Amino acid sequence: MDPTDIANPDYFHRVVDCQWACPAHTPVPEYIRLISAGRYADAYMVNWKSNVFPGILGRTCDRPCEPACRRVRVEKEPVAICRLKRVAADYKGDVSDRMPPRAAKKNGKRVACIGAGPASLTVARDLAPLGYEVVIYEADPFAGGMMRTQIPKFRLPETVIDEEVGYVLDLGVELRAGQKIASLKQLLAEPYDAIFVGCGAPRGREIDVPGRKEAAANIHIGIDWLSSVSFGHTTKIGKRVIVLGGGNTAMDCCRSSRRLGGEQVTVVVRSGFEEMKASPWEKEDAMHEGIPILNFLVPVEFLHDGGKLRGVVFQKVHAVKDAKGRRQLVPNGEPDVTLECDDVLVAIGQENAFPWIERDIGLEFDTWDMPKVDPKTMRSTHPRVFFGGDAAFGPKNIIWAVAHGHEAAVSIDKLCNGEDLSLRPQPAVEVVSQKMGIHEWSYDNAPSNDARKKVPLRDKEVALKDIRMEVELGFDEKLAYAEAQRCLNCDVQTVFSDKLCIECDACVDICPMDCITFTGNDPEPALRKHLRAPALELTQALYVSGPLKTERVMVKDEDVCLHCGLCAERCPTGAWDMQKYLLEMTHAGAACRS
Amino acid sequence: MTWIARPKFHHASLAKNEAGCTRRDYEGAISTLCAGCGHDSISAAIVQAFYELSIPPHRVAKLSGIGCSSKTPTYFLGASHGFNSVHGRMPSVLTGANMANRDLIYLGVSGDGDSASIGFGQFAHSIRRGVDMIYIVENNGVYGLTKGQRSATADEGSMLKKGDVNTDKPIDMVSMAIKLGASFVARSFSGDKEQLVPLLKAAIEHRGAAFLDVISPCVAFNNHAGSTKSYDWVREHNEAVNQLDVMEDHEEIVLQQAPGTVEEISTPDGTTLRLRKLAQDFDPTDKAGALDFLERHGAKGELVTGLLFVDRAPKDMHQHLGTVSTPLNVLGEAELCPGSKTLAAINASLR
Repeated sequence: MDPTDIANPDYFHRVVDCQWACPAHTPVPEYIRLISAGRYADAYMVNWKSNVFPGILGRTCDRPCEPACRRVRVEKEPVAICRLKRVAADYKGDVSDRMPPRAAKKNGKRVACIGAGPASLTVARDLAPLGYEVVIYEADPFAGGMMRTQIPKFRLPETVIDEEVGYVLDLGVELRAGQKIASLKQLLAEPYDAIFVGCGAPRGREIDVPGRKEAAANIHIGIDWLSSVSFGHTTKIGKRVIVLGGGNTAMDCCRSSRRLGGEQVTVVVRSGFEEMKASPWEKEDAMHEGIPILNFLVPVEFLHDGGKLRGVVFQKVHAVKDAKGRRQLVPNGEPDVTLECDDVLVAIGQENAFPWIERDIGLEFDTWDMPKVDPKTMRSTHPRVFFGGDAAFGPKNIIWAVAHGHEAAVSIDKLCNGEDLSLRPQPAVEVVSQKMGIHEWSYDNAPSNDARKKVPLRDKEVALKDIRMEVELGFDEKLAYAEAQRCLNCDVQTVFSDKLCIECDACVDICPMDCITFTGNDPEPALRKHLRAPALELTQALYVSGPLKTERVMVKDEDVCLHCGLCAERCPTGAWDMQKYLLEMTHAGAACRS
Repeated sequence: MTWIARPKFHHASLAKNEAGCTRRDYEGAISTLCAGCGHDSISAAIVQAFYELSIPPHRVAKLSGIGCSSKTPTYFLGASHGFNSVHGRMPSVLTGANMANRDLIYLGVSGDGDSASIGFGQFAHSIRRGVDMIYIVENNGVYGLTKGQRSATADEGSMLKKGDVNTDKPIDMVSMAIKLGASFVARSFSGDKEQLVPLLKAAIEHRGAAFLDVISPCVAFNNHAGSTKSYDWVREHNEAVNQLDVMEDHEEIVLQQAPGTVEEISTPDGTTLRLRKLAQDFDPTDKAGALDFLERHGAKGELVTGLLFVDRAPKDMHQHLGTVSTPLNVLGEAELCPGSKTLAAINASLR
């Protein structure tokens, strides 16, 4: 293998699995260390800079970082990254003086954002301090988008939304609430330099089975119902509720029902329990509240007595592979099942809808009637119209919306400065040795053996009584410290200098994970097999040095490295050093321009 | 000094041996020696050898004297018996322990100061008596623990860190051991585990006095340009006479496609030593030839390593003395003290 090019920012970035997996590339270990140090406000600002909504995401994020956490491969459970983010938000105190000041001078450029959800708010956050005049149009009376309308308050209290949406609006962003955009063509005619579409995926998918129309009074579309609950228009539901669908919206629907009078709430999914789209922890939370999840049942008819819903008939199915190897659900021949109910919530997916975008304005749509959007620049085929969040590529989640928002803001800034949008800015990278003394490091290098800490919950009896009562209490400071100490500091990199190595084997002997091997060089597949411990996780890189004095090379399998620094402690010549690798994405502003 | 304990986590591929132990079970406390010390590599090789032989740690007694080398038993085989003796007196204590309980595996760990100076006589007599043991000298040519004065194994003409040249003759520990009657003698290098681990395994399996001289660079005081015990010097002048594989009797012997002729030496306990010859004119079963080879190649400035001498039919101290096969420490008073009548009969037979 050729020597590893550690100057390429992607190399060490990939070693920080959580940060690499995060769409917004939040420097996770950096803020976790700040939490350990009790520097909550600093931890919050690291987050705020990167993902704009730490308090909201710390409760609701889809956490792509956690399955990626090295702890999963070393021990079992990942660090509770998401809930540590909430800790930073909970204990930060007043951070208003840390927020960027309003632009002293406007730069004369105007940007319109459609929808006041996470994507648009991110665009506004990035552009407003630079002097852009940002106007957000929102159909609802408040800003926040799906964070406010679809996520139940027992998971995300209103105060948290108000605070974090407020930080953005306080930057001098103009919110035109209650103003629905009916025509993009019309908006394009107004003096805006760029338009960002962040309107989400606002339409819940319909179900078309007999009885749907007749019993419509008691059959509700999940996201519309959640929104109605959120704004206080809906305060009650029947005693027996069936929720159709297996995604996170279905989980929010069933848990909300439990709080609005639903005593016997059941989730029914077409496919298997394992195949459900809902995050495992959301399924757990629902089941914890006494909500059974039934699987392999396909709804075939709504039963009603003259329009009054009385039950749903389900066909029993099982999964088989067809000739092409695709998984299909086919009836298993058993008799149909009827479940009685008073109300049904349909949460079987969301769709994008752009009836307000004219098709003759130079903005192309694809065969699925979705706008054609460049995934790097977030620009549509119209030079001044950008998309982000669920509006861009269909339903995803908040953290993706934030990531899209940052990229779109970079594009808009480049556009307004007459630059080529396809030239994307490099991330800002800082590499600093952590050596403090002969064997002292500026991070806690002893890995904690603790198992993952559970977030304390409010007593179920109390929690189910009030739909606005937050269920999770969050970590207290002591638990937060213990959980933060589980982080392996994967951003503190093992950096090897072949010129300094005397091949004494000290690093090989001390490494608890058998990561390091000195061996003759070979092509990667062969090398992976004859290391001290086989490197079978192909997604994890091998760090290969240049040739040493004995013609051998140093090979380190990055897979299960604990970043404990023992290799560097036992190295007599400083050939190994522990260096903190802080990577921050470049957002809109002077740094993003070439 | 490393302040943290070695993390408990390990690689998923870490396997258990026939004794039900992983390699990590053969480790000791974390080393307090200087970073990069050759001795730590020897400790790692000892861990590997005992693990590969599936020897339960509690069947091993590790004994040492004084010095950097003699500190190392703390850093391996944490679940074994141990004794840290006075300076240079490890061989006597080991001999006594072996006399009392012949069932344990005795591992004597010493250094060039502990064995070539203050304990030179002790070293000689334990070898001469054929005590069943593995006697390792971790040889770095200096007194590391007292800031790097040269030891008795420092080569003539080699320099101290500050440039002072040695004019004394060195003691060659392997020649001494062969001459004194060790039935297994080898030399190796801490930086070459591929050579060292099989030699250690063969020495552990050997029933008799097995002596290993392991050149182990002192990174703090003797790893400079004028040293003959530095990583660079040893790598440049290392002349391995053979490459050893230790085959336990149940293992299938698969010949490797490697240069050199292969010789097999069967030992009485069922172990087969498979030697790939690297020096064609060297025969490790020829005592006089081995001494001659060491003398000639040593004079050329070469460091001869590998299995240097092995006695095909070794005898140990217990055989010399005709002791019973049951360890003396488990015999009862009746067996150990047969009474005044028996004593009188013995005395009478000697008159």
